[in-house]
Amino acid sequence: MTVSIQLEVNGKPVQAAVEPRRLLVHFLREELGLTGANIGCETSLCGACTVLVDGNAVKSCTMLAAQADGASVTTIEGLAQNGELHPLQEGFWEKHGLQCGYCTPGMILSANYLLAQNPSPNDEEIREGLKGNICRCTGYHNIVEAVKYAAERMS
Amino acid sequence: MARVLGTSIKRREDPALITGRGKYTDDLKAEGMAHAAIVRSPYAHARIRGIDTSGAEALPGVLAVLTARDVAAAGIPGVVPVGWLLPDLKTPAHPMIAADTVRHVGDAVAVVVAADRYLARDAAERVAVDYEPLDAVADVVAALEDDAPAVHEEAPGNVAFDWEIGERESVDAAFASAAHTVELDLRNNRLIPHAIEPRAVLASYDSSTGEMTIHMTSQNPHVHRLLMTLASLGMPEHKVRIVAPEVGGGFGSKIHHYADEAIVGLCSMKLDRPVKWTATRTETNLTDAHGRDHSTRCALALDADGRITGLRVDTAAAMGAYLSTFAPAVPTYLYGTLMSGQYDIPAIHCHVTGVFTHTTPVDAYRGAGRPEATYVVERLMHLAGEATGLGPVEVRRRNFVSPDAFPYQTQVALAYDSGNYGPAMDRALEMIGYDDLRSQQASRRDNGGKQIGIGFSSYIEACGLAPSAVVGSLGAQAGQWESADVRVHPTASVTVYTGSSSHGQGHETTFSQIVADRLGIEPEAVEVIHGDTDLVQFGMGTYGSRSAAVGGSAIARSVDKIIEKGKKIAAHLLEASADDLEYEDGNFRVAGSPDRSLGLGDVALQAYLAHNYPDDLEPGLSATSFYDPANFTYPFGTHVCVVEVDTETGSIELLRYAAVDDVGNVINPMIVDGQLHGGLAQGIGQALWENAVYDDSGQLVSGSLMDYAVPKIHNLIPFELDRTTTPCPHNPLGVKGVGEAGAIASPAAVVNAVVDALSPFGISHIDMPLTPEKVWRAVNS
Repeated sequence: MTVSIQLEVNGKPVQAAVEPRRLLVHFLREELGLTGANIGCETSLCGACTVLVDGNAVKSCTMLAAQADGASVTTIEGLAQNGELHPLQEGFWEKHGLQCGYCTPGMILSANYLLAQNPSPNDEEIREGLKGNICRCTGYHNIVEAVKYAAERMS
Repeated sequence: MARVLGTSIKRREDPALITGRGKYTDDLKAEGMAHAAIVRSPYAHARIRGIDTSGAEALPGVLAVLTARDVAAAGIPGVVPVGWLLPDLKTPAHPMIAADTVRHVGDAVAVVVAADRYLARDAAERVAVDYEPLDAVADVVAALEDDAPAVHEEAPGNVAFDWEIGERESVDAAFASAAHTVELDLRNNRLIPHAIEPRAVLASYDSSTGEMTIHMTSQNPHVHRLLMTLASLGMPEHKVRIVAPEVGGGFGSKIHHYADEAIVGLCSMKLDRPVKWTATRTETNLTDAHGRDHSTRCALALDADGRITGLRVDTAAAMGAYLSTFAPAVPTYLYGTLMSGQYDIPAIHCHVTGVFTHTTPVDAYRGAGRPEATYVVERLMHLAGEATGLGPVEVRRRNFVSPDAFPYQTQVALAYDSGNYGPAMDRALEMIGYDDLRSQQASRRDNGGKQIGIGFSSYIEACGLAPSAVVGSLGAQAGQWESADVRVHPTASVTVYTGSSSHGQGHETTFSQIVADRLGIEPEAVEVIHGDTDLVQFGMGTYGSRSAAVGGSAIARSVDKIIEKGKKIAAHLLEASADDLEYEDGNFRVAGSPDRSLGLGDVALQAYLAHNYPDDLEPGLSATSFYDPANFTYPFGTHVCVVEVDTETGSIELLRYAAVDDVGNVINPMIVDGQLHGGLAQGIGQALWENAVYDDSGQLVSGSLMDYAVPKIHNLIPFELDRTTTPCPHNPLGVKGVGEAGAIASPAAVVNAVVDALSPFGISHIDMPLTPEKVWRAVNS
């Protein structure tokens, strides 16, 4: 049994028939080939699968593809515009905000949501805003710097 | 051209990773790919009475269900080997799939392959295993008790090995005549590595060629190929290609050869089609080798002046249910040999019992033995500061190995090649504002409320593994050199093939800097290839903070060979003697005749044309090196942690963390700092939050991220870093390792800080992790 869904992914319309139990992250990764969102746990704690759904940061392992019917989804692949990196992507590169890179797409999209809510967060607000995303490599020091860099560029 | 070495060049790895284009193993697809799900024991110890696979096989879309019977029928070795042998080590077999007995929760008993990932899981649920539960023992101390359930018949008393280093008699004598002694019983808590990318493998066997390509999460693809072919699958080594694509962190957990990857390889051979398996987080936590898990009794003897006269250490170290790849080396040669710390200690004895328990195997995890040793030494030094009245700074200074004593031969085998410990301590005190902090602490003590504590950790580590003859004599079943093939192309761009496979460290960036600096070309002209056994000559991989010191040195050697050959070609073309040629900034010049020179490009082109060429020289401009280091490298430093402890609730707040590290010459400061940050987070995590807890029946209670507290961003603070620079004297780059330093130093600094804050309460020790509950109980006991 499948259900039909229509949604927008990175600005493009998508139509699909999905198994009702299929997770959004598996739909994105395996059916649309958007492998930027990664899977690091099955308890909604690591945040590596974070994408934007209608502008909200959502852990896509916690949402069924069927629930995304009618939604607008942005993944890391859709963040750069016209070949220009998003300021957050630039910030993570400039400030060494990533090492293995596995948590990075989710981290950047969570930070994107944070900056949409609060365009000039202080260190504490950045740390509060990103506490749903685990990074095991960087100790977070440079992730805070990366988000500050982006906030300045975007202001 | 601008300086390249010592410059924070942005990482070339990043554009793919920040745009979602980096390909990790689970991102890969292959034509006809099926998915595997592994059926695992829910019991820590049980006899398998029978396995009924019919329910799984009946599901449409299920392609195969394999058990130990199929491993036996395949006629393959079918085991997971241990790669480090100690004298009298008990090496019970570790079957790829358990045949009649399971020995830890998560032990593989069957595998299901299906067309779809979800279906494979459904089918795995339908494999009915009839278990007869047996008594289990998960605790390292309980496993040594007389009536403890046996993990393996071959290992009476659950003892895997009994190992010692140093002289017991001289230590006994030191204690007999000591003016001060301090002693400590401690636990070094068991940790789960938690690379955020779970282990994964995509194995693609092709019966028409007899070849198999395995993409997998590996820190050392050649080592994995060797162990996989030799001990598990019984395939010819040259018929297997292992590729590590992007690897999402490892911290040691992706060094080891596991049953699961071999099982998936077998599935692919059996079905003659690609099979993928990706661990869930739960599976990762049950099967990735854990770290630490020691129970230790230790003591320090000092004379009336506060000089150390003896150190005694007795440790029970958990091995878990089976001996993982390098497990026996970790609590022995990477632990007992580090017991001299930064100090001139005339008598040391360290005794270690390796213990089987019904738990996930324990092996190298970031630091591997050295954090445990540092924790022992630096906790004792804290107590020694109190017992002697010298305080934590002076007692350390008084015992530092003097800068003119290097090379310094310790009493535990290692010979430190270089060091200068005082300046790192001085700088750390300056950064932290030590005197001011002590006055703040005093006023808090007078006024009550939240207490401030200051903790030190002056660590040494031995990394850059390692001289092959030395590790061979100590039981390693592998050499510990590294390889590099550097090829200068006809247009003078360069490709480096390194055996040092990266999993987040930025090798492609730093290695390009090494080549660019030495050849006098732009880093952009250098490509770095790693992580593919078909592309790269045999290499040992990335662990033990070895990539720059050993892998980087191999690259430097190759570049030097290329320059030497280039001089001969240039000499021929310039009609000069090769001895008169100099190489600088990308040009071969005749000494004293600046107008007689040729660029690297001119020489490279001629090397490949070979039209006008020396008679005794082969064409081409490339060089391969297998660099075997003369010694370990010995990074050191002093870390200072400042905490605030709420004695009403037991909660701890990190206020400051200052680290002064000496990792020798630095290739890319930004990357070096990043390595330190990450290590600090893991070490602080061990001290405050992380704990792999087993209950008495052997269930892993903290097996998910709900229960196992990996540090999150709001738990940590900005780190204050600085460096001193004592170059390594024995490698061509003067570099030392940095990947593990943060995790090695920080647990002791944090615990010392908390204990310092609580010293008015008469508290001298609390075991990690320092949860509010433990602190509160200590304060209120």
